[in-house]
Amino acid sequence: MEKLKSTLPNMLLSLTGISVIAGAILAVVYSATLEPIEMAKVEAVNAAIKAVTPEFDNNPSDEAYMAATSDGDSLKIYPAKKEGELVGAAIETNTMKGFSGEIKIIVGFDKAGKLLNYSVMQHAETPGLGAKMQEWFSTDKNRQSVIGRSLAEGPLAVTKDGGDVDAITAATITSRAFLEAINRAYSAYTGSDGATGATSKSDNATKEGGNENE
Amino acid sequence: MNNWKVLLNGIITENPTFVLLLGMCPTLATTSSAINGMSMGLATAFVLICSNMAISACKKIIPDMVRIPAYIVLIATFVTVVQLLMEAYLPALNASLGLYVPLIVVNCIVLGRAESFAAKNGIIASAFDGLGIGIGFTLALTLLGGVRELLGTGKLFGLTLYPEQYGSLIFVLAPGAFIALGYLIAIVNKFQKA
Repeated sequence: MEKLKSTLPNMLLSLTGISVIAGAILAVVYSATLEPIEMAKVEAVNAAIKAVTPEFDNNPSDEAYMAATSDGDSLKIYPAKKEGELVGAAIETNTMKGFSGEIKIIVGFDKAGKLLNYSVMQHAETPGLGAKMQEWFSTDKNRQSVIGRSLAEGPLAVTKDGGDVDAITAATITSRAFLEAINRAYSAYTGSDGATGATSKSDNATKEGGNENE
Repeated sequence: MNNWKVLLNGIITENPTFVLLLGMCPTLATTSSAINGMSMGLATAFVLICSNMAISACKKIIPDMVRIPAYIVLIATFVTVVQLLMEAYLPALNASLGLYVPLIVVNCIVLGRAESFAAKNGIIASAFDGLGIGIGFTLALTLLGGVRELLGTGKLFGLTLYPEQYGSLIFVLAPGAFIALGYLIAIVNKFQKA
């Protein structure tokens, strides 16, 4: 077969033909991967919820709802219930104040507002510096861990800003953003549910008593 | 030229990273660890093999004046296929390579091989060329990623070889990519001359 000459009809036909075939291939692959992609996303969220909340027997994704934060935004809350009773919640929170781009975190609180665990879902921080936040804030060393802290006593802040959380070495901006995301999560969590007790004095007292028992 | 020679040509004599110095953007950006470098290399290799074969098969029906847009459409198709598959079955890897997978479309290695090899040779030879260049690229990226990961964090493929605080963070960041690549090219040049 002779190679096609570069005439206008030839060029049109050839490019159209190639685009149609390419489009067909993409349509097939897209529809075949649509479901696995959704599944992978849901699974990632479910795994994170499981990691950050107390043991539960409901399906938090089904009962998820949006709640407003104090700064006018709203976040998704996944309530964790055991035998019908609320034991805690996972909150999907985010911040745009990171060093580069959005940081998405799923953070879990128990009923009293104690931070149980967190899982960084998405970030674009500097590798080796800000990217360490998943490990850094869960390592029990000096004052760098946020796990087990109670946000009912006030929002978390890095030591530089007068708080009591050690920032990641050489990544203060990331650390501030990370704590901001957590504070936002707590604000959405308590703002939406009076039973968590952060706003009422008597519940605060019960919470502190509970802490002493630990 | 027989197929084995074509294969070795891509891995050694015309290694895209160390000899041709093509595709530097993904090379420098994705090699912060050995596993990332290797995955990027493999994704590119897959695209190279598929696009080389497809372009070789279609070369008679693509008029010369529209060959570049036609090649780009074919390459972009395969890249999108890779991206969708990665998103579906390897979500963690997809998150770490992120932006760089769609950028394979404009990787000059892929278009370069289409233009300089696939457009002139048969399907089988083009497949071998894609495989050779792909392996060469993967090896180079894995090596560069390994060196950077080892010097920067004391790990190799995620296994700790020495404590992290003795590593020098610069190798994980952009400047380290340039430094490590420069030294690797120098070493490869030395061996190629010998």
